[in-house]
Amino acid sequence: MKSTLWTLLAAVAIAPALAAQGTAPVTIIRNATVLTVTNGTLTGTDLLLRGGKIAAIGTGLTAPAGATVIDATGKFVMPGIVDPHSHLMSDAINEGSLSVTSMTRIEDVLNPTSTGIYRAAAGGVTMLNILHGSANTIGGQSATVKLKPGKSAAEMLVPGAPPGIKFALGENVTRKNSNVTNQQQRRYPYTRMGQAEVLRDAFVRAQDYRAEWADYRARGAKGVPPRTDLELQPLVEVLEGKRLVHAHSYRADEMLMLINLADEFGFKIKTLQHGLEGYKIASEIARHGAGLSTFADSWSYKIEAYDAIPHNSAILVRHGVLTTINSDSDERIRRLNIDAAKQMRYGGLTENEAMRLITINGAIQVGMGDRTGSIEVGKDADLAIWTAHPFSVYARVETTFADGEVTFDRQRDQAMRETMAQQRAELEEAPENKTPASGGGQGGRGRPAPASTMTEIDQ
Amino acid sequence: MSARIQAASWTAMALLAGVAPLTAQLGSYNPPAGPQETVAIRGAMIHPVSGPVLQRGTIVISEGKIVAVGAEVTVPAGARVIDGAGLHVWPGMMDAGTTMGLSEIGQGAAGTVDASETGNINPNAQAINGINPHSAHIGVTRVVGITHVVSSPRSGAISGQAALINLEGDTPPLMAVVPNLAMYMTLPRSGFGRGFGGGFGNFGQQPGNTQDADRASKAQLDSLAQLFADAKAYGKAHDAYAKDATLPRPRHDLQLAALLPMLRGEMPVMFSADRVTDIRAAITFASENGLKPIIVGGRDAWMMTDELKEKDIPVILTGVMALPGREDDPYDVNFSAPAKLAAAGVRFAITSGDAGSEARNLPYVAGMASAFGLSSADALKAVTLAPAEIFGVADRLGSLETGKIANLVVTNGDILEARTLTRHLFIDGREVPLGNKHEQLYEMFIGRP
Repeated sequence: MKSTLWTLLAAVAIAPALAAQGTAPVTIIRNATVLTVTNGTLTGTDLLLRGGKIAAIGTGLTAPAGATVIDATGKFVMPGIVDPHSHLMSDAINEGSLSVTSMTRIEDVLNPTSTGIYRAAAGGVTMLNILHGSANTIGGQSATVKLKPGKSAAEMLVPGAPPGIKFALGENVTRKNSNVTNQQQRRYPYTRMGQAEVLRDAFVRAQDYRAEWADYRARGAKGVPPRTDLELQPLVEVLEGKRLVHAHSYRADEMLMLINLADEFGFKIKTLQHGLEGYKIASEIARHGAGLSTFADSWSYKIEAYDAIPHNSAILVRHGVLTTINSDSDERIRRLNIDAAKQMRYGGLTENEAMRLITINGAIQVGMGDRTGSIEVGKDADLAIWTAHPFSVYARVETTFADGEVTFDRQRDQAMRETMAQQRAELEEAPENKTPASGGGQGGRGRPAPASTMTEIDQ
Repeated sequence: MSARIQAASWTAMALLAGVAPLTAQLGSYNPPAGPQETVAIRGAMIHPVSGPVLQRGTIVISEGKIVAVGAEVTVPAGARVIDGAGLHVWPGMMDAGTTMGLSEIGQGAAGTVDASETGNINPNAQAINGINPHSAHIGVTRVVGITHVVSSPRSGAISGQAALINLEGDTPPLMAVVPNLAMYMTLPRSGFGRGFGGGFGNFGQQPGNTQDADRASKAQLDSLAQLFADAKAYGKAHDAYAKDATLPRPRHDLQLAALLPMLRGEMPVMFSADRVTDIRAAITFASENGLKPIIVGGRDAWMMTDELKEKDIPVILTGVMALPGREDDPYDVNFSAPAKLAAAGVRFAITSGDAGSEARNLPYVAGMASAFGLSSADALKAVTLAPAEIFGVADRLGSLETGKIANLVVTNGDILEARTLTRHLFIDGREVPLGNKHEQLYEMFIGRP
């Protein structure tokens, strides 16, 4: 019995690994202009995708038997876009009832049937950092996913991606913009002062908790172990550098408060999220070693966004901060290429610097820089073929690959539309979808529902 | 960082300290334009929109107007000459879907938001009386080449009167091209749920079942019809009294008076409508009441192009970048809508879809529609000449033609591309400095050690 169970468990554990390695199609992309991001632009270049990886980059590559060959003459290939701040696929975003909800996990609420997955893939996006919302000072645990329409949530979670957690500061946390003005409804913290103290209190408790476990282990793990604390355990991981902190913040002063607090407790902020006033303290951010993920040009939608400028990323890059552009939006995620292009106009980033903002820099910010974010042999085959340079407004995605699998293809999409239109027409004509007055519905004169449909409903 | 950059940044800070307070004062960040000079831009690629591109031409402006455009143009004596070699000249773009100057900070600063008057019927509310000429949005929007916009009130069924303004001028009258351009309306949404912002839908939740919702929406339409009947009677009474002062003197009513221009077909009505049923309801309502309709929103307009073409009803598309409205819509349903309207011959304009702070993305929205089937010439037209034609101001704006207002942009490349830089900007024939709030903050902090 026991051995059977272990066999089963092993099979379950291995199955996703096989899916990633063994069954990924072999594809050769011919004669493209390749924006490698880390190694310049290569013209007239072939790419071989095999086993979910970029297996070869070169000219005149030999196509293995059974490989799908794509002629990309006149087309551009760029790495799959990485969005370091998204709420796509999330059936829940905020557990905002407490000020510290580090025990909650975004991976528990991922909806793999979200239409947004496909729409984002159609914009050349391959990987997301899906974050808890910004309702509380310490939010929930984030999830790193690759967008694979039609797959389960478990199959989209990136194996080996370091865990993360959301922090938040400023107006969203005080909820002063959400009509929560009644004293009864207020939740501590109601000010930036309180936010600093919530953080300090949580990390003092996490230090105590960590010390209790250290004492227990020092005793040889004898006697009664400390109680497991799901709230503090993730914060201990932060203190030990094992969990990445992504901190929603707008104003320079609140970012500086967080950086100083992190320095005091001896941990690092991985990214300041939004960080719209980051440009005012770029040197301090660079010294701490935090990255920053900002909007391309959004501003003025609330007070703390009134000094936001589209030159933010350029100033940060010039000061040596690892910077990215994010969408924080199921809509905007589909055109991050243009958001990046604007950073050339505002602040004068070079094309490669601007391209990094939506590719390799994001991969590094979620701890995946050695696996994805650029076109290099051995990296995950996460990339997209574009009809023109992706910084042109006239460019459109032809095909997107994640781990070597096609996640969007314009031609397939066109073909699918006809099928879907037909299915839709059939459904609209089906008697069960008509009003009784027009002869449909239960007891109507139309034909009965097909047996297959009924079986599915019964299941 | 070099000492030079640092010195430059301190100079900028010192300048700012003198010109504008460094605290979060709203506005006052838009540098004023120069005088109406005679200027010739010589040897540039000229994109008139109304005609073929001139590979190498000259354009002359004087006293606020375009006075000459062509390949062989004599530069008047005394004109300031701008060498246009390698540069492009375009008509200034127009975003017809904004609340520019009426709303500064959407959340948490209600005192800066004047786009939505209270109440449901506000035909006498005029945007031109609420526009803040010092809004920082103006300075950041115009530098990409958007020289004039429609700014509309947004609430209730009859929101008020939209204004067409130049994005230059330190008082609303100086900005106004047409201060009372169009009425902005949102009819009750037919069917379930709430309207798309504004309208009765925003005024109150519609009942939750179709029959009750239809009944409620009918009652609301009836009340509007009654209001219009009253306005017509009011107009008749005043006209009669004007001719014959022996008749009883009718009282004045600002709301009824404000409705008369649109009821007489002198002022177009912008109907906010996205779904097929709502667009159709607006068309029917306009026809029943003798109104000149312009559809604003127009998400589903591509599904009813025959109807729109036949009745020659123009559409201001505000949702080209919006997510598809239906779960089973193609991913590019809204990206490709402009191409479908163009192919069907429906008159349309494209807006940024943003009320103010992000209106500066207008050229990229139009450009991206080009990635999905719209010709780049039609994309350019959709943000220049087409909106001018729809609002009846194409005799003054929208293209580079002699006699038109000198709203034009000089760039180093395709105006619809995000990487293109603006070199010169002229509004009402005045050269506008390319500084603004964002450039000022950039200068302040790029060199900070």
